[in-house]
Amino acid sequence: MRKLYHFHGGIHPPSNKTQSTRAAIAHAPLPTKLIVPLHQHAGEAAKPIVQAGDHVLKGQLIGMPDGFVSSAVHAPTSGTITAIDMQLIAHPSGLPNLCATLIPDGKEEWVGLKPVDYRSHSTAELQQLLRMAGVVGLGGAAFPSDIKLRIGKQKITTLILNGAECEPYITCDDMLMRERAAEIVQGAEMLRFMLDATEVLIGVEDNKPEAIAALQQAITANGRVLQQSKRHEVVAIPTIYPGGGAKQLIRVITGLEVPSGKLPTDIGVQCFNVATACTVYRALAHGEPLLSRVITITGNVRQAQNYEVLIGTPLAELVALSGALPDTDRYIMGGPMMGMPLPSVLVPAVKATNCIIAASAKLFPPPPPAMPCIRCTRCVDVCPADLQPQDLYWFAQSREFGRAQVFSLFDCIECGACSYVCPSHIPLVQYYRFAKSEIRAREHDKQLADQARVRHEYHEQRLEREKREKADKLAAREKAAQAAKLASTRPLTTQQQTEQTEQTELEASRAHIREVAQSEVEHPEG
Amino acid sequence: MFFSPFISKPDSVARIMLKVLLALIPGIALYVWYFGPAILVSITLASLTALGTEALMLRLRDRPVAPFLKDNSALLTAWLLALSIPPLAPWWLVVVGTAFAIAIAKQLYGGLGNNLFNPAMVGYAVLIISFPAQMTHWVAPHGLGQIELGFLDQLEYIFLGVLPNNATLDAVTMATPLDTLKTHLHLGQPVGQILDMPIYGYLAGHGGEMVAWGFLFGGLYLLAARIISWHIPVAYLGSLFVIAGIFHLVDPARYVAPLFHWYSGAAMLGAFFILTDPVSSPTTNKGRLIFAAGAALLTYLIRVFGGFPDGVAFATLLMNISVPLIVLYTQPPVFGKKGKQP
Repeated sequence: MRKLYHFHGGIHPPSNKTQSTRAAIAHAPLPTKLIVPLHQHAGEAAKPIVQAGDHVLKGQLIGMPDGFVSSAVHAPTSGTITAIDMQLIAHPSGLPNLCATLIPDGKEEWVGLKPVDYRSHSTAELQQLLRMAGVVGLGGAAFPSDIKLRIGKQKITTLILNGAECEPYITCDDMLMRERAAEIVQGAEMLRFMLDATEVLIGVEDNKPEAIAALQQAITANGRVLQQSKRHEVVAIPTIYPGGGAKQLIRVITGLEVPSGKLPTDIGVQCFNVATACTVYRALAHGEPLLSRVITITGNVRQAQNYEVLIGTPLAELVALSGALPDTDRYIMGGPMMGMPLPSVLVPAVKATNCIIAASAKLFPPPPPAMPCIRCTRCVDVCPADLQPQDLYWFAQSREFGRAQVFSLFDCIECGACSYVCPSHIPLVQYYRFAKSEIRAREHDKQLADQARVRHEYHEQRLEREKREKADKLAAREKAAQAAKLASTRPLTTQQQTEQTEQTELEASRAHIREVAQSEVEHPEG
Repeated sequence: MFFSPFISKPDSVARIMLKVLLALIPGIALYVWYFGPAILVSITLASLTALGTEALMLRLRDRPVAPFLKDNSALLTAWLLALSIPPLAPWWLVVVGTAFAIAIAKQLYGGLGNNLFNPAMVGYAVLIISFPAQMTHWVAPHGLGQIELGFLDQLEYIFLGVLPNNATLDAVTMATPLDTLKTHLHLGQPVGQILDMPIYGYLAGHGGEMVAWGFLFGGLYLLAARIISWHIPVAYLGSLFVIAGIFHLVDPARYVAPLFHWYSGAAMLGAFFILTDPVSSPTTNKGRLIFAAGAALLTYLIRVFGGFPDGVAFATLLMNISVPLIVLYTQPPVFGKKGKQP
């Protein structure tokens, strides 16, 4: 048995996972319309490369990655693009975003796929393939996976696959691990190859014995295929929320703490979600871009289940499959701890959608009115980041943002454990989100002001310099005139003359270099 | 508004306070058993005053009255104060103390969660400074007073200030065991001889020590129910034991044994119910240890070298002032900021 470690705090909310694990993953039927957002990932949105009226094939690129942190977007099925316009998407801001609307033709005609043997490609080539296959983290953050594989000179010893799935209700990773363990394990080996990591540890909470068994079996079965199979290991970790937080998972499995403000790669660890590993496998071994994912439909529904869903499927069609009960009054994307309320059930499923919970007042009763904080420190007891939530709340509430930062506000992972246990029912996480966004806004303003100030200073300097140069030139001309007068009276020797010319030329070139350098300072790139 | 997390643990301030009130019941029951039902009268009186004052103050401060009256925190203050003052005291003593505790020490500081000082202890401090005479007349335990008053007689004294014929206040009340010890030590008697007096029981004062057992029992329930953490009671009782133990070892004739201090006065009540008030105690575990150890030292110094009969109230208040400083200097390391940074 591997030695496991603890992280501080954590909670045990009712898991409510069994409802959606009774049936296997079903394929959601082809919807009548797909709305594919071009910004489904962290970083820059993809640039649309198709127009309304274009016919596209399944898997055809429709959004080109634009910028360093960006990812491709593909047509999830064959059909006609009817519009590229702003549509409502699942985003906390509730603002619309650029989407491609696709009416499927029902033929599911594939674009030509190019499977590759990852062992015969360089890491850089594989990264580019993943970027163009639109592979992003499927755990929720949707961070482009190729960026996470660009580790530079850092040495990665441990690749951790995150199969913890600690949030209540969500079971998409659980079902994926049960049914597609082989693909996950092969994807993990590909990721390990690209990172040149020495070991692969798949962390799964011990409330998923079927998934753990399936993965173990897949590792054994693939032993001959995977040269490095003995480096793969499934690690059953204790079920405690938020054990699936990347930093918490790394801590539990390796005992290491990712230093505040640093990345896992700084301590030789990289972390991917199990579903991402599966997608990496499909992208390389089959050449398939990311077109669909598994989504849990659960909560206040007749039949909770997991579905393989095409990206862009309107969630309303998905919810209809499970049959939301009549008293359903809203929908949550994600889990009950960190999920977000959906602005409308008409928004499309995206790469980051892992779960849709139909909610009712009965299922998630509104919290009683908040009482004052009595500093009982139940929040401190459960905080997985070892923070003092009651102090952060105080600072956020009194707008003492500087103090909040001193008390490590930005180490808060917004897991919601503090709010969960608060006997005063204070929406603590909301306060932290508010404080963080205020601080970010202020820092942004300060940056702009600083830029303006620097620009102004350079402007002043330039005016000053120009004045000075004018005066110098004038003085030089006068001096030259005087020298000429003197020369006419007393001619220079030839040698003296050459020396003087060389001197003047040298000075002229120096002045030129200075000027060029100065202008570069004034107009720095970016 | 609707935002994550959408689920929460079914708990509330009212329920926490209610559990603390329940935990006081064993101590109160033993109190009644040994000292008669007068304590129930002062608890009732204090409760009514606390709720009335709280409602009035909330109304004046333009705050919702009902949710705060239902949070049970005013009741807890009332009970703790009533348990700290002599049960056989004129009614206005309880009323003045409770009203001050709620109106000044709690509501004027901003109400629930905002008081710097433990309200019950502020109430106690006000009473012992303003009405020292009334605060020293403790009812004698069963079988020890010259005259034992019936419940009706007690009621008559509390509300009308009238004692039955041929009874004087001195005949029905007596000094506390702590006070008696101090007085007799001043007279030059050794500890051993003083403890032979009938008002002393096995460990400390007869009757009082049993009430302390009751509070200890209730305190263990609070620990088991995770209402309080072990830090304050353990550090308080531990430090008190060590400090008293050192003095006792040096001169057993002048300094009484540590267990006497545990089971006398408000030490047990303080360790589990007063110092553990979350609002006025530190939020860090290390801070709690320092806070409780400081309170233990002050309790001992005031009891043994000070002029007041007990030191728990002033020790609590003095340590309450230090809480912000203690908390500031005992911040535990945050995740990813422990030890060396790579």
